[in-house]
Amino acid sequence: MIRVRDLHNRFGAQVVHDGLDMEVQQGEIFGVVGGSGTGKSVLLRSILGLRRPDSGTVELYGQDVESLAAADRSSLVQSYGVTFQNGALISSLTVAQNVQLPLREHYSLSEKTLDELAEMNLGLVGLTPDAGAKFPSQLSGGMIKRAALARALALEPKLLFLDEPTAGLDPISATAFDELLLYLHSQLRLTVVMITHDLDTLFQTSTRVGVIIDGRMITDTLPGLLQNPTPWIQEYFHGPRARAAEMEAAGKEGHGAGKEGHG
Amino acid sequence: MTAPLALEPQGDGWRLKLRGDWSLAGMPGIEAQLESLPATLHGNLVCDWTDAQAPGISPAWALLRRLAEDAPALAVRHAGNPPHFLELLQKLHVERQAAYGALPGEPTLERLVGRLGRWSVLQGLHLRGVIVFLGRIATVVGQALSRSSAWRISSLTRHIYETGITAIPIVALIAFLISVIVAYLGAQQLSRFGADIFVVDLVTIATLREMGVLLTSIIVAGRSGSAFAAEIGVMQLNEETDALRAMGMNPIELLVVPRVLALVIALPLLTVIADAMGLAGGGLLSLINLHIPLPEFTARMRESLSSTTFWAGLVKAPVFAVLIAMVGTYRGMQVRDSARELGRLTTVAVVQSIFMVILADALFAVLFVQIHF
Repeated sequence: MIRVRDLHNRFGAQVVHDGLDMEVQQGEIFGVVGGSGTGKSVLLRSILGLRRPDSGTVELYGQDVESLAAADRSSLVQSYGVTFQNGALISSLTVAQNVQLPLREHYSLSEKTLDELAEMNLGLVGLTPDAGAKFPSQLSGGMIKRAALARALALEPKLLFLDEPTAGLDPISATAFDELLLYLHSQLRLTVVMITHDLDTLFQTSTRVGVIIDGRMITDTLPGLLQNPTPWIQEYFHGPRARAAEMEAAGKEGHGAGKEGHG
Repeated sequence: MTAPLALEPQGDGWRLKLRGDWSLAGMPGIEAQLESLPATLHGNLVCDWTDAQAPGISPAWALLRRLAEDAPALAVRHAGNPPHFLELLQKLHVERQAAYGALPGEPTLERLVGRLGRWSVLQGLHLRGVIVFLGRIATVVGQALSRSSAWRISSLTRHIYETGITAIPIVALIAFLISVIVAYLGAQQLSRFGADIFVVDLVTIATLREMGVLLTSIIVAGRSGSAFAAEIGVMQLNEETDALRAMGMNPIELLVVPRVLALVIALPLLTVIADAMGLAGGGLLSLINLHIPLPEFTARMRESLSSTTFWAGLVKAPVFAVLIAMVGTYRGMQVRDSARELGRLTTVAVVQSIFMVILADALFAVLFVQIHF
């Protein structure tokens, strides 16, 4: 679904991406990890066309994003949903209006239908009806993430980009968000690309993980990455936080039998 | 293009054939067709999804909602390979209905009274907020008299530079131009009586008593009042003021008082510049338009001045400065939560400070007449 080839991005003398390749298959939950400043968000912005890469190609659904005409580009943009790190809800609109915003822009629908669709999308992400009438400033962090997800889902995307979806959430809300993500992924048959630092989220949800190191990406399944000898990956996946997340994930898969797991 | 819905009788009930584009893109057409479904259906209804192309979750939801709302007596069944998410939607629908049932409906009169009450309480809180704000400033200023560290000298000089020095060009230009306009209009009228020379009196008194200080204050309110509100407002949004409080620093002392003091110092100085430029503008126009040479202009100017004319204008400047700075910083401190609040309160700051300046000016005018100043 997504194919990034030989991507180069640099800011002045600082090279962020140095020939990065990435490929995401349909139906995956693809996690992107990397240390601070390794260009995870820059990668996302390049894929979304918010930043023109210095060189390299980005293909979505087999089409080169750069070479698309403006009209095709607009329909491409409508085919994916994005949530930003801090929600990026429009603060002067209510939550329901935020969800309706893309629908209102792209389709001429009656108010009644718009209300119904806002209700549905808020329901999908597990927000109660009264949340729709609130302004973003009145929501908690977890609710903002959910509302942002509802807005991203409004145009029925097949592809979802999530930037740090669980950052700043307490473990309970983060776990609930993981479950929601898995649920929507299976029910709506979404493909998800997710930038995250949350190892729990990574272990609970992702099917494959791409690690950005030295401007390139190493992609593998989680068990594969755990065996990878690269020092940074070793440190990342075998640090104390990783071990706890790993044990938990292993415990869940083993029907809660072996909590001690490996590690 | 086939219509997206077709209702056919079937056995003891109905068959609703869904055809054509049932994706989100086909939504407007589907919406119209759903509206035209007869409301009095009852019995069994089978939704046939066989011919629905690329069914989307949004149209499916609209269909479910319309069937449940308009024809609650129907027993709906789905057939013909219904989309995979239908089960999810049905579950969601049941949950939503339960949630809506629990929402209390508010009677209209009660809502009106409630709104009035909320408004009144809000106004009361607002008034209290202003008083508290004034009190806090007074406290800090009081402390500053005894504690030298409360004088934020570097901050003060920065604000004097930003509100005063950088405003000089625009204040000078506008004072000059307005004075030229007044002199020009005055000359036109007064020359009809042959009283051209009184243009000098007009320009001198108008500039020194009123226009110098008033124009400067209005420009500064637009420049600095808005800047104060926006700067402090963004700090509020970023929780910077909370951070200062948490580190044991007083945002009023750090942010508000230096701005107020800076403006109290800068505005009178700007007024002097505006006065000078206004007189220069009057002199220039008199020279060019009325052929009054400069020595004659200055001589006439001295005659028209009383000892208080200049001070009657200048004494107002610090008062206006306090008003502008207080309104700007207070509105800035009020910003909460959203970008819209920031814009709204910045606008309020400018409008309100200009209004306060003009109101205060009117009060001064009455006062000066009473005490023959």
